[in-house]
Amino acid sequence: MIKVLIPSGALGISVDPDALERGLQMQPDIIAIDGGSTDSGPHYLGTGTCKYSRASVKREWRLLMQARARLGVPLLIGTAGTCGTDSMVQWLLDITREIAAEEGQSLRVATLECSQSPARVAQAFDAGTITPLAGAMPVNREDITGCSNIVALAGAEQINAALQTGAEIIIAGRSTDTAVIAALPLARGCHPGGAWHGAKIGECGALATNNPATGAILIEFDTEGFTVHPTGEGVRATPLTVSAHMLYENADPFILHEPGGHLDVTAATYTAVEDDSSVRVTGSVWHPSERYTVKLEGARLAGYQTISLVLVRDRRYVEAIDQWISQLREAFVQREGSNIAGDYGLEFRLIGSNATLGALETRRQEAHEIGVLVVITAADQQAANDIAKLLNPYLLHYALTPNEPMPTFAFPFSPPEMDRGGLHEFVLNHVMTLERPMDAFALNVVEVGT
Amino acid sequence: MSGSKGHSGLVQDIRSKNAGPFWITIDVFCTDNAAFALLCEALSSQAVADALCTPADRLQRFDIAGLSVIKFSAPREVVQGARADRDMHGASYGVLIKELIDAL
Repeated sequence: MIKVLIPSGALGISVDPDALERGLQMQPDIIAIDGGSTDSGPHYLGTGTCKYSRASVKREWRLLMQARARLGVPLLIGTAGTCGTDSMVQWLLDITREIAAEEGQSLRVATLECSQSPARVAQAFDAGTITPLAGAMPVNREDITGCSNIVALAGAEQINAALQTGAEIIIAGRSTDTAVIAALPLARGCHPGGAWHGAKIGECGALATNNPATGAILIEFDTEGFTVHPTGEGVRATPLTVSAHMLYENADPFILHEPGGHLDVTAATYTAVEDDSSVRVTGSVWHPSERYTVKLEGARLAGYQTISLVLVRDRRYVEAIDQWISQLREAFVQREGSNIAGDYGLEFRLIGSNATLGALETRRQEAHEIGVLVVITAADQQAANDIAKLLNPYLLHYALTPNEPMPTFAFPFSPPEMDRGGLHEFVLNHVMTLERPMDAFALNVVEVGT
Repeated sequence: MSGSKGHSGLVQDIRSKNAGPFWITIDVFCTDNAAFALLCEALSSQAVADALCTPADRLQRFDIAGLSVIKFSAPREVVQGARADRDMHGASYGVLIKELIDAL
């Protein structure tokens, strides 16, 4: 039997100290936590940076390092620093060094690097070992070499290789959310279907319970299945909350693809345990695949953006907002087009009308004010900012008709132009075939602390 | 999102979320098994595809009786975070389906 404590859904979003403490009292064999995903968009992978503040990551990592020292069990994180690039593995290793020194801890730390050279991935593409997944857009060699960062998602095999180093702390780059939880149970002979299924249920911490905000959860794995134990005060897992979690962020509610195979939970059964807060799950099936593949994620720079926001409160202009925007755009392009070098994008999103859904919006409810969010995309930041400055007088004073007093609209900020920096976009939705699981990954062990 | 009249009364909650950057998934939680059976009958996949402006043959549907959930998944028409994307997490697509159910 293996007990895995998951202190929260991701490092940096908060750890509930009480729920953590109750989890520690259950004597877990490992503390495992996720450090990120693609959920927050392509910026983080594109730039190799973390969504969460260094201060909050360090604060929570310290709590977990203290907990690890108290129990003497491994502490494992996957997808370090939101995107799991090598730069973020080193970033978290630096934080670990700082904490170890401050806490007087002496540690062996294993790092698992998952970044891929775009040139190497392009070679694999040429060799035919890159395969698109369902829903993938077509890519060519240039799309791949144009990526600023590409990562391969580590599975249980790579995580286990890190665990087998005997390190007290394992900092893994991009990993599947489930692999960091399933790895040890799989290595210790627990039921494979149960290991992957339990890992999926635990990957977001307490999200599979009636009180997701409490964060922590403990999964107990064995040779037949797994049992879910929330650790927050008064928190309950029910057959419904647990089984429903297979739906979450999963296109197929019964199938989960992982490196080396897929999980099928069609025949799984969920039973409330006597304490009425835990759930027992059996019947999940793991199907090994013939080829060993790892998923790739890549992001590239797609331009630079500047945004402006102007607020329209005049009833006449609100009622004619589409006409006003159309005329304003036409006038701007006609009068200023020759002053702008290079391609650019100019988009108006009408907050209060259709800013959220765009062309999918079906309602045209009368609004009393409209926020006009202007998004300018150009080849570099200066160009985007210059275009926004050219546009500003139009947003400030453009009149709906030729023979009316010059109107003025509301700007909430000075300067009105806000540079957003680089726009990154996801490129790859593919898997790469490997001869051996460690072929695309690098494992290192270092000593840190006093 | 809770409904209180007509077909909307059959629904306890609707959530939508990315399933990775290239897919969107929408879960319609019905109030009970009877509501689930009624909504399965009333809510066509074509209507959902039309609301999402996606071809019907790209839309996957799962009627999950054990959970009283109807789940729809489809490739995103705009990839998460691309220049034209307006909803980074895909959080608002469920609103369209709620309004579709309200109007049934």
